[in-house]
Amino acid sequence: MNRLYTIVRAYPTLLRIGLAEAIAYRAEFIVWMLTTTLPLIMLVVFAAAAREAPIGRFGQADFAAYYLATLIVRQMTGAWVVWELTMEIRQGTLPLKLLRPLHPLIAYSAENLAAIPMRAAIAVPIAVVMLIFTGRAHFTHDPLQLFTFLVALCGAWLLQFAFMSIIGTLGMYIESALAVFDLWMGLFAVLSGYLVPLELFPHWVQKVANVLPFRYMLGFPVELLTGGLTRGGALRQLGLQWAWAGAALLGARALWRAGTRRYEAYGG
Amino acid sequence: MLRYARLLGVEMRVSLALAAQYRADFVLEGVMSLFWLGWNIVPLMVVFGVRPTIAGWSFNEALIVMGWFTILRSLLEAAINPSLLAVVEHIRKGTLDFVLLKPADAQFLVSTVRFELWPLLGVAGGAVLIGDAFVRLGQAPQALHVAVAAALLLLAALVLYSVWILVISAAFWVVRLDNLAYLFNAIFDAARWPSSVFRGFLRVVFTFVIPLAMMTTYPAEALLGRLRLQAALGAGLGALVFASLARLTWRRAIAHYTSASS
Repeated sequence: MNRLYTIVRAYPTLLRIGLAEAIAYRAEFIVWMLTTTLPLIMLVVFAAAAREAPIGRFGQADFAAYYLATLIVRQMTGAWVVWELTMEIRQGTLPLKLLRPLHPLIAYSAENLAAIPMRAAIAVPIAVVMLIFTGRAHFTHDPLQLFTFLVALCGAWLLQFAFMSIIGTLGMYIESALAVFDLWMGLFAVLSGYLVPLELFPHWVQKVANVLPFRYMLGFPVELLTGGLTRGGALRQLGLQWAWAGAALLGARALWRAGTRRYEAYGG
Repeated sequence: MLRYARLLGVEMRVSLALAAQYRADFVLEGVMSLFWLGWNIVPLMVVFGVRPTIAGWSFNEALIVMGWFTILRSLLEAAINPSLLAVVEHIRKGTLDFVLLKPADAQFLVSTVRFELWPLLGVAGGAVLIGDAFVRLGQAPQALHVAVAAALLLLAALVLYSVWILVISAAFWVVRLDNLAYLFNAIFDAARWPSSVFRGFLRVVFTFVIPLAMMTTYPAEALLGRLRLQAALGAGLGALVFASLARLTWRRAIAHYTSASS
C-alpha cells in the first residue's frame, strides 16, 4: 500500500520532468517524429495501385484515411523505453535508477507518457487535414466506437510499452536485445497492419494476426477509427487487447525481477 | 594511394575481428539478415497481388528495383552507417581530436572506422532477386545495359556516401544528430518502389533533392533497356556535383571544429 502511495505521489512530478525534457530537446524530438514516413510512402504506393479501380473495399480515399489514421495511432502510442533500457544496462547507469524508491519501469513509463502532448501537437493537425481532405464518410460516426477507439489507444500504448520493456529487460540476459527488437519490429510492421491493411492479406494471415499482439498495437485502433469493425467485434477485440496488455505487463514485471537478481552493473 | 589501400585492409581486418568476438551476436545477425531478405518482399507481393501493373511497372520489373534497393541498402548498412555513427559519437565526446591528429586524410579515416560483414549477404540477395526477375521475364539484359547499370550503382553509392558526409558535417554544428541518420534511413526506404509511383511534389524531391530515383529506378530501367541517355548522363553529372559539394562541406566543417573540451 505504501509503495502505491509513493507512485501516486511521484508520478505527476515525473510527468512534469518528462515534458520539460521533451520540450528541451524539441529539435531532436521532432526529427524522431518525422522518421515515421512509412505510412505516407505506403499511402502513395497504394494510391497509385488504386488509381483505376478500388482494391477490395479500399478506394484511394479509403487508403488515405487508413494510412493517416495509422500515422496518428503510431504517433500517439510511441515509446522508446527499449533503447533507453538497453543503453542504461550497457553503460552501467541503471543502478542509479535501481537505488530510487520507485520501480524503474514506472519511472520510464512516466518519461514516455510525458511526450504524448508533444506528439499530439503533431497528430492533431494531421487529423484535421485528414478530415478536410478525405471527408467524414471514411470515419466512424458511432459514438460507442469512438469511445472504444480512445480506450483502445490507451491499450495500444500499454502493449507497446510492455513489450518494449520486456525486450529491453532481455538486455540483462543477452547482449543483442536490440537485434531481438529489430526482429520484433519486422514482425510488427507486417502483422499489425502498419505496412498493408490486414484485410488485404489472405484469410489465414488475418486469423494468425487476430491472435497475436501486433494487431492490437496498431491495426485494431486504426480499424476502429476508419469504421472497419462491427460494435460486437470491436468490444470483443478490446477485451483481447487488454488481456494481452495485462499479460505483457505481468511478463515484464516477472522478467525484470529475475533479471535484476542476476544483473551486475558493468564497471560498477 | 597504396598506403590508403593498405590502411583500408587493416581497418577491415579489425572490424572483422571485432564482429567475430561476440559469437552469439555474430551468428544471430547472420540469421537475421537472411530473414530480412525474404520479409522485405512481403509488401511488394501484397501490392502486386491485387494489381498486375502499378504506375507502368509489372511485378517482375518492380522486383528488379527491389533488388537494387536491397543491394544499396546492404552497402549502406555494411560500410557507411557503422562508421559515420561512430563519428557522431567522436564529435560528442571530443575524441575526434585523436582522429584528426593521425597522419592520413581525416575524411578517409572517419569513413572507414567500422565495417559490418553480414549486410553484405544482402548484396548477393539483391543480385538473386534481379536474376530471378529476369528469368521470369524470360529475357536477358544486354552487356551494354549491364555496364550502364553497374556504373549507375557506383554513382548511387557515391551519392549515398555524400549524403552521409553532409549529415556528419551538420553534426559539427548541431552535435546530436544521430537521429538525422534514422530520418535519412526512413526516407531512403521510399527507394524500394519505382519512382513513377510518386507524383508531383514528391517526384521532384526524390529526383533532384534526394536523388532516390537515380539510385534504384534508373539502374533497373538501364537493365531493362528503357533508360534514356540523357537521364543517365544527368545522373552522372548530379552525382559528381553532390560528391564535390559533400567534400567541400566536410572541409568547412572540419575547419569549424573546436573540440568538445576547449
